[in-house]
Amino acid sequence: MRQTIEMIGDFGILLKDSVAAVGPALFSGRGRRLSWRNLWLQMNRIGVDSLPIVTLVMACIGAILAMQMAPELARFGLVPVTADIVALATFREMGPLVSAVVLTGFGGSAIAAEIGTMVVGEEIEALEAHAIDPIRFLVVPRLVASVIMMVCLTVVGDLAAIVGAMVVGALFLHLNPVQFYEHAVQLLTVGDFVTGLIKAAVFGLEISIIACFLGLQVRGGAMGVGINTSRTVVMTIVALILTDLFFTTVFFYLGF
Amino acid sequence: MAPIIQIKNLRKSFGDRVLYEDLTIDLVPGETLVVMGGSGSGKSTLLRILMGHLTYDGGNVLVHTHELSQFSRRELNAWRLSVGVLFQTGALFNSMTLRENLALPVREHTDLPEELIDIMIKIYLQLVGLRDSIDRMPSELSGGMKKRGGLARALMMQPRILFYDEPTAGLDPVSSAQVAQLILDLKEKMNVTSVVITHDMKAAFAVADRLALLAERRFHMVGRPEEFRTTTDPLVRQFVDGLLDGPLSAKADQKAYEADLLKRETL
Repeated sequence: MRQTIEMIGDFGILLKDSVAAVGPALFSGRGRRLSWRNLWLQMNRIGVDSLPIVTLVMACIGAILAMQMAPELARFGLVPVTADIVALATFREMGPLVSAVVLTGFGGSAIAAEIGTMVVGEEIEALEAHAIDPIRFLVVPRLVASVIMMVCLTVVGDLAAIVGAMVVGALFLHLNPVQFYEHAVQLLTVGDFVTGLIKAAVFGLEISIIACFLGLQVRGGAMGVGINTSRTVVMTIVALILTDLFFTTVFFYLGF
Repeated sequence: MAPIIQIKNLRKSFGDRVLYEDLTIDLVPGETLVVMGGSGSGKSTLLRILMGHLTYDGGNVLVHTHELSQFSRRELNAWRLSVGVLFQTGALFNSMTLRENLALPVREHTDLPEELIDIMIKIYLQLVGLRDSIDRMPSELSGGMKKRGGLARALMMQPRILFYDEPTAGLDPVSSAQVAQLILDLKEKMNVTSVVITHDMKAAFAVADRLALLAERRFHMVGRPEEFRTTTDPLVRQFVDGLLDGPLSAKADQKAYEADLLKRETL
């Protein structure tokens, strides 16, 4: 019990220190500034590598949603409404959540394993010995990259889902793409798009901070790295679902 | 000359395990102090305490007469920048080439142009005999090369003090001799003050101005190499000469072993 409380406390401290370090890391002078090269590298590693899989998964999800909805809606003569439902479900819910789960598998586990291996190899101590703050040097670039790329991936994922559903509409539901697009756009509001992106940004923060925390907590060599890498995936997915529930509840009560 | 570091009555424990009860020693500018001790005696922990990576339970660690535990983040960083550390494994950053490893601290803390940083890198790599490996990844280097690379990186900020954690451990005799010679060269050419943690007697006697033997939770003996060579203290003799019998051989071990066996039998 005490260990769990200590762990939550440590996590809170890392979260606070990391978020507080973002501003100075972006705008300070040399020695305290974020390395742009490092940020670019992390954005590539975390985001760009996940792009094909997010696109594929989201296109499939769009297609699945369309095929699941259409027969029920056809009973009421509302097949074109399929586009509305797919767009709404994707932009508000499925886009950010599914992209985040994919990013957890791709980026979160990689971050935890990389930092964990650095702990085992005395690299974190070496950074500190050179008066280089590991939070600024390791955590902040991953955090910023994860938030930016999560938002980008969500936008791409949303579009991929719409295209997937559009293809199903054209092939099996006699909905031409223009009709599909008009239906989808008619219903969607800026709020739907923005709430999805807010979620995506928070998910990005969660993925990176949990991965960095568990990476830095690695003890006991290679086995410790393996344990905390798998723990990162499990804990992040649970945290994503809980956060999603929280946001959906808040947006529901606020009428967004 | 005023000591750089004064350790007074230092106490440190991990849970129930007491590592130091009463550790006292000074580090004088320009000297090479070799700290020896058996495995698990807390040699590396002492370096971690001196670098501010670990806290201590009691006593004092004074750096230029200021208490280390009271240092602000800024003071601690300034202290760390004045010290170069060679880690046991070299601790090179595995995702970077040797060149990038050496450039990192300079890029982080100075505004020196890249051309100058590159020249510095080549000078220090030449010093440790690794200039040909400048663009190699750490995974492509042998254990001894990693250590020498770690030493070159430690030198990039031109520290006045160097801490070496087991610099010759795991190296073949020739590589050990090369590293020991490097320690001597650095003292001679750069006049650095050094703390060397080792249990390699040959290297210890080769580089030391003073030796300190960490045993039984304190410095059992501190003195010049000649004193260690000539002392009749049984504990020092056993450690230095690598004798099987002596005070360091845990006499209680046999009893503990028997008790452990009997306990297992009753289970």
